[in-house]
Amino acid sequence: MSTPYAKLPAWADYGLIPLINLSVAFIVAGFVVLLVGENPFRAAVILVEGAFGKGTGIAFTLFYATTFIFTGLSVAVAAHCGLFNIGTEGQAYIAGLGIAIVCLSFDSVLPWWLTFPMAIVASAAVGALWALIPAYLQAKRGSHIVITTIMFNFIAASVMVYLLVGPLKPAGSQAPQTRNFLAGAELPKLNWIIELFGAKIRSAPLNICFLLALVMAFVVWLLIWRTKLGYEMRTYGHSPKAARYAGISETRIIITAMMISGALAGMMALNPVMGDQHNVAIDFVSGAGFVGIAVALMGRLHPIGIVLAAILFGMLYQGGAELSFEMPAITRDMIVIIQGLVILFAGALEHMFRPYIQALFASFSPRSVGMEAVKGKGA
Amino acid sequence: MDLLNAVVQVLDSTIRLSVPLLLACLAGLYSERAGIFDIGLEGKMLVGAFAGAAAASVFHSAFLGLGMAILISVAFAMVHGFASITHRGNQIVSGVAINFIAAGSTIILGQAWFQQGGRTPALQSGERFESITADTISNFLANYSFSSADLLASIRGLVLYLPALLFDALARIPGFGPVFSELLLGHSILVYFAFAMVPFTWWVLYRTRFGLRLRAVGENPAAVDTAGISVAWLRYRALICTGVLTGVAGAYLSMVQTSGFVKDMTAGKGYIALAALIFAKWKPVNAMFACLLFGFLDAASIRLQGSPLPVVGKVSAQFMQALPYVLTVILLAGFIGKAIPPRAGGVPYVKER
Repeated sequence: MSTPYAKLPAWADYGLIPLINLSVAFIVAGFVVLLVGENPFRAAVILVEGAFGKGTGIAFTLFYATTFIFTGLSVAVAAHCGLFNIGTEGQAYIAGLGIAIVCLSFDSVLPWWLTFPMAIVASAAVGALWALIPAYLQAKRGSHIVITTIMFNFIAASVMVYLLVGPLKPAGSQAPQTRNFLAGAELPKLNWIIELFGAKIRSAPLNICFLLALVMAFVVWLLIWRTKLGYEMRTYGHSPKAARYAGISETRIIITAMMISGALAGMMALNPVMGDQHNVAIDFVSGAGFVGIAVALMGRLHPIGIVLAAILFGMLYQGGAELSFEMPAITRDMIVIIQGLVILFAGALEHMFRPYIQALFASFSPRSVGMEAVKGKGA
Repeated sequence: MDLLNAVVQVLDSTIRLSVPLLLACLAGLYSERAGIFDIGLEGKMLVGAFAGAAAASVFHSAFLGLGMAILISVAFAMVHGFASITHRGNQIVSGVAINFIAAGSTIILGQAWFQQGGRTPALQSGERFESITADTISNFLANYSFSSADLLASIRGLVLYLPALLFDALARIPGFGPVFSELLLGHSILVYFAFAMVPFTWWVLYRTRFGLRLRAVGENPAAVDTAGISVAWLRYRALICTGVLTGVAGAYLSMVQTSGFVKDMTAGKGYIALAALIFAKWKPVNAMFACLLFGFLDAASIRLQGSPLPVVGKVSAQFMQALPYVLTVILLAGFIGKAIPPRAGGVPYVKER
C-alpha cells in the first residue's frame, strides 16, 4: 500500500486529505438529498441534533458506535496484514451462536459478571474459527481471501437461519429467534455516565460493551505498534516478499491476523445480543460488518481514527433514525449511500485530490513537499 | 409421465433462474479477464433493475427501460473504472462502495419518486418483456407482413421472434417435441439473448483482436503497453461490456422475472455469479454450465421444499441455498481442479516511470 506520490506534511496526510475526502462524500450525499426533494442543510441539522441534542440520542449514538468500533478494528487488523477481511459480517453473525450457547446454558444460574467473560471468550473463539478456514485456504492453497470470506458470509447466514428456525427456536414460538435471556445474561447499562453530565435518558441500550470496545481499541494499538507480532503483520502487509526474506512464516502470520480479526468481529455480537435485544435473532448484525469497512478506511486503520469514525457512523445511524421521522423520504437507507460514498472517496479514490493538494503546497512552500513533487506531476 | 412433467418443470425454472446469473457471470468475465476484479456486479445489477423498471413504467416502453438499465449500469461501471483504472484505487474497495451506493440509492430514489415503499409501479403488459409462446408465434406469423413502408418495425419483429421461430421448428419434431416446446419456448427475448451471449463472448475473447488484447491485459498489461496499446482504454472498454451485461441482467430481474422493482431484489445473485465465474475458471462456456448448475440448485430447492428425497431424506432449504457457496470454496481450495485467476487481476497498472 505504498503511495507513488511525494511526501506531504503529516498533518495534511492524516488530517487534511481524509477531511477533504469525507467532505466530498457528504457533498455528493447532499446532492442525493436534493434529488429526493429535501433541503440537505436542514437534513444535516436534524441529523446532528438527533444524535447529540439529547442524552438519549448520545447514548444511542455511542451504542451504535460500540458495534462499529469492533467491526472497524476487525477490518483494520486484517488490513494491516494486507488482507481484506470482507467476512466481518459473517464472523459476527456466527459468533451469535457462541453467545447463545453460553447465555442459554448459564443465564439462570450465574450472575452477569460471570456469564459476560465466558460469552466474550465464546464469541471471540467462534468468530476466530469462522475466519480460520478462509485464512488457512489463503495461506496454504492461495485461494483469494476476499472471495472465500464473501462465500463464508453466505454460508454463515444459511447456518444461522437453519439454527434459528430449527434447533435454537423455543417450542411453540413462531419468531425465528432464541428465547429471551434471563437476568444472568443481561449486561448493565452505562446510561448513568451520561446522566452524570445532567442529561436525562429514557431508555437507551448503551451498555458495558462500550468500555470493552475502548479496551480492545487500546489492545489493538498495542498489538500493531508495540509487539513483535504486530511488526511482523505490518511487514507482511507492506511487502510479503520482504517478510518472507526476513524469515516470517507466511502461513502463521496470515492465520494469526485473520483469527484476531475474526475474534474482534465476533465480539461485536455481544453488544446487540447481550446488551440490547437479549436474544439471538435472524440478521441481528444487519450490515454492521460492512460498516466496519467504511469505519476502518475512514479511520486510516488506526484505533483512534477508528473510534472517531465509529462515533461518526453511530451519529449517522442515530441521527438518521430521527431524520426519517422528520423527512419521511429519507429513510435509514440514506446511511447506506453515505457509507458507500465514504468507502468510495476515503478508500478507492483516496489519492484523487492528492496531486492538487501537493501542487497547492508546492506553490506556497516548495520545501515542504520537495522539488520532486513539482517536477513529477505526471507520476 | 408425472415424473417427466416434474423434471421438465424443474429444468424450465432452472433456465429462468440461471439467466440473471449467466448475464452477470459473463459481465464479470469481461472485467476480470481484463484484470479488473469486480465485486460490484451485485450493485450494478441492482441499479440496472431499478433504472429499467422505473424507466419502463414512466415511458411505457420495455425497450426504453432496457436502454436505461444498460445506461445506468454502464455509468456505475465507469465509476468503478475511474476509481480503479484512472486513480489506481483498490478494486475490491471500489466494488464494495458501488454495492452500497446501489443498495441505498435504489431504495431512497424509489421511495421518493414512486412512494410505494421502495417499489416501482407494477409494469403493465407493454412495459415488460413478454414471454414468447407458441400462440404468440402463430399470431405473429399470421399477421406478419414485410413492408418496405415500415421497414424498421418489420425488421424489429423478425429479430424479436427469430430465436423463437427456430425453436418452434424444433418443437415440431415428433417425440421430443413437447419437451422442447416446454423448455425452449415460453421465454422472453432476454433469455435467448443471455444464452446467445455465451458463444458470442467465446468468439469475442478467442477469435477477435479485441479479445486477444483483453486477455493479454489481464495477464500481462506491461506487454500490451509495450505494444503501444492503451491499457487504460482497453480496461475501460472491458468495463463497458460488464456494464451492458449487468444492465441486461438487472432488466431481466425487474422486467421479466417479476413486473417491477423490489428493494434488494438481486439478493446476492451478483455474488453467486462471482462464485460461478470462479467455478467456471473464467471461461465462457464453463460459465454457462456453472450458472445452469447453480440455477438448478435454486430451482430444486424451491421444488423440494418440504418434500423428502428418496435416498437422503428431507433436505433443508438452507443447505441447498448454501451449496453454491460451499462448492465454490471447495473449488477454490483446489479440491476440484485448480482455479487460477488472470495473473494481473486486482493489480492497478502503473506505467513505468
